[in-house]
Amino acid sequence: MQVRIEHLTKKFGDAVAVSDFSMNFDDGKLVALLGPSGCGKSTTLNMLSGILPVTSGKIYFDDDDVTNTPPQDRGVGICFQNYALYPHMSVLENIAFPLEIKKVPKEERLAKAREMAKLVHVDMLLDRKPKELSGGQQQRVAIARALIKTPRLLLLDEPLSNLDARLRLEMREEIRRIQQETGVTTIFVTHDQEEAMSICDKIVLMKDGYLQQEDKPQTLYDDPHNLFVANFLGNPPINNLYGTIQNGRFVLEDGSASIKIDNPNAKEGEKVVMGIRAESVTISKSGDHDFEAVIKQRYTMGKEELAFLNIGNQVIRVYLSSDYTYDVGEKVFLNLRQKGVFLFDQETGERI
Amino acid sequence: MTAKKKKKREGGEFNNGLEPVIYLLPFVIGLLIFTVYPIINVVLMSFKEGYRLSGSFTGIGLKNYTQVLGDKNFANAVRNTFIYVFSVVPIATVLAVIIANLLNQKIKAMALFQTAYFLPMVTSSIAVGLSWRYMFNTQFGVINWLLGVFGAGPIDWLGATGGQAPYNIFVIIIFGIWNMLPFTIILLLSGLQNIDPMYYTAAKVDGADSGMIFRRITVPLLLPTIFLTMIINMISSFKVYNEVIPFWSGKAGALSNNLYTMVYYIKETFYSKLRLGNAAAASIVLFLIIFVFTMLQKWVQKKFDY
Ligand SMILES: Nc1ncnc2c1ncn2[C@@H]1O[C@H](COP(=O)(O)OP(=O)(O)OP(=O)(O)O)[C@@H](O)[C@H]1O
Ligand SMILES: [Mg+2]
Repeated sequence: MQVRIEHLTKKFGDAVAVSDFSMNFDDGKLVALLGPSGCGKSTTLNMLSGILPVTSGKIYFDDDDVTNTPPQDRGVGICFQNYALYPHMSVLENIAFPLEIKKVPKEERLAKAREMAKLVHVDMLLDRKPKELSGGQQQRVAIARALIKTPRLLLLDEPLSNLDARLRLEMREEIRRIQQETGVTTIFVTHDQEEAMSICDKIVLMKDGYLQQEDKPQTLYDDPHNLFVANFLGNPPINNLYGTIQNGRFVLEDGSASIKIDNPNAKEGEKVVMGIRAESVTISKSGDHDFEAVIKQRYTMGKEELAFLNIGNQVIRVYLSSDYTYDVGEKVFLNLRQKGVFLFDQETGERI
Repeated sequence: MTAKKKKKREGGEFNNGLEPVIYLLPFVIGLLIFTVYPIINVVLMSFKEGYRLSGSFTGIGLKNYTQVLGDKNFANAVRNTFIYVFSVVPIATVLAVIIANLLNQKIKAMALFQTAYFLPMVTSSIAVGLSWRYMFNTQFGVINWLLGVFGAGPIDWLGATGGQAPYNIFVIIIFGIWNMLPFTIILLLSGLQNIDPMYYTAAKVDGADSGMIFRRITVPLLLPTIFLTMIINMISSFKVYNEVIPFWSGKAGALSNNLYTMVYYIKETFYSKLRLGNAAAASIVLFLIIFVFTMLQKWVQKKFDY
């Protein structure tokens, strides 16, 4: 099912939680709703499920306007952040409960619940109570319960936030697998950009109630529309160098270095931020270069080695090449690649 | 190693000091004088045959118990008490669950409701009982008037027509239920407020109506609190006495002794008949009954611990 929202707005008193939000969620896709805490992700999700009424705007499921449809008639399955598994019911009863509500005969609903349990790999835990399950198992049960009534739309509100780092990795693959096996349109709320990048077909990035950009993960990474998007995605985070445009060159704030740019939109004298992905910098000991820098500090991240460098009085973070060894305090030369280097207006944050 | 050492030293310091003992002393002395000593004394008394106020007794044995258990009045008291407990506690519990659930919704006239329901708690049950006595009046009472509206009655609630007083017990049952409600409702309300609203949201999204939510979510999640109130209420109901006093000017029922309860029997045996040994034995029997039912409920309660 395709979900379309138009000019969706939610106010709590004077506070605006979601502002003029329009977009399409394509049929059968896994979409991440990504953004920092308090940006309106849960609010958006709750409006989609009908738990929260909208202040203004429209919600369409395929061609039906469901803006004022009560939650139970929308056919959405929700997996809550803290799972909300009923503590007095066994795993099997929990999964079957949505069908019990629909008065599906007992045999039939238990059979369906067993099938769902198998799908999410909890079929050996059917008689346990929720408190006897690990976080990851509870989460699977919650997903099974959300899926049992074959919802048209599956909503997951930060389903992985209660899990430890390893389980998160495992469970996000699981969510991807379950979503692909069932083909249900899924919206997945998270504030973890890596999670969103790794499993979703599309990422919707929000900030302060406003949509920032929606795109495929790679597009979002390679072509951010503004500085917020560029800064939010990527690990290590993108480098920000502050400077101005002078004679078609980007000049560092302290004037210590400059680099030629060919961006027809860059206006003379404009204050800009140059965003540089760590992997878009090559480091060498000699030859042509864009910047000179001094190595300040080095650290390893598993197989790669990163270093903080000083360019003038600004700091950037780059990968060290394994061809040479570098010492702290050493002077090195940096070259920028075409890809992964962006210019943003300092004031508006918009991409130039 | 060091951590262990440190812990030991702290423990040592605590144990050596006399200070905590001094702090505890007033409470412990009070407990010994007013609780432990009387309990031990009652147990001892119950085995002293022919026990008098002077302290003299004729022998040690089980005669007090055989006398009490063979007494027709005691049997009557046990019967009445059981009828009272097993009608008041379940009915009051069911009513309290329903009322607490209503109060937990956001009712506009909440404040008014609360005062009304909690009135019995802040007033003396004897004093309120006196006004209930008028409500139960055969000719002028509001209860018979209400029954009259529906074409029933009049019922001789308080009296004994033709040497029979079958309605007397209903008076104390109704009054007992009314007395029990507020405390029970307060406990259940706090239990209800401890239920995370996310369960209701989850069920509502799946289309559950309020009846379904009440039956499958609210009540099961409230069960531990319900059991708690039932234990407390059962213990206090086995000791029913205050509820009997206001209606028949201190007597138990319209006919002599027809509404004996266990505590009433104990009091009567002790103060009027001055058979102290018998009264002590009856107290022990009452204690054992309460003990058995409390244990039974605790055992059931364990099965509903989520
Ligand atoms: N019931 C409410 N009343 C008033 N303000 C609210 C309410 N619910 C949310 N808000 C506000 O709306 C904004 C968006 O909240 P929301 O819960 O959607 O954030 P979120 O993106 O889900 O954040 P998180 O990642 O922390 O869960 C926040 O500023 C929050 O304070
Ligand atoms: Mg949230």
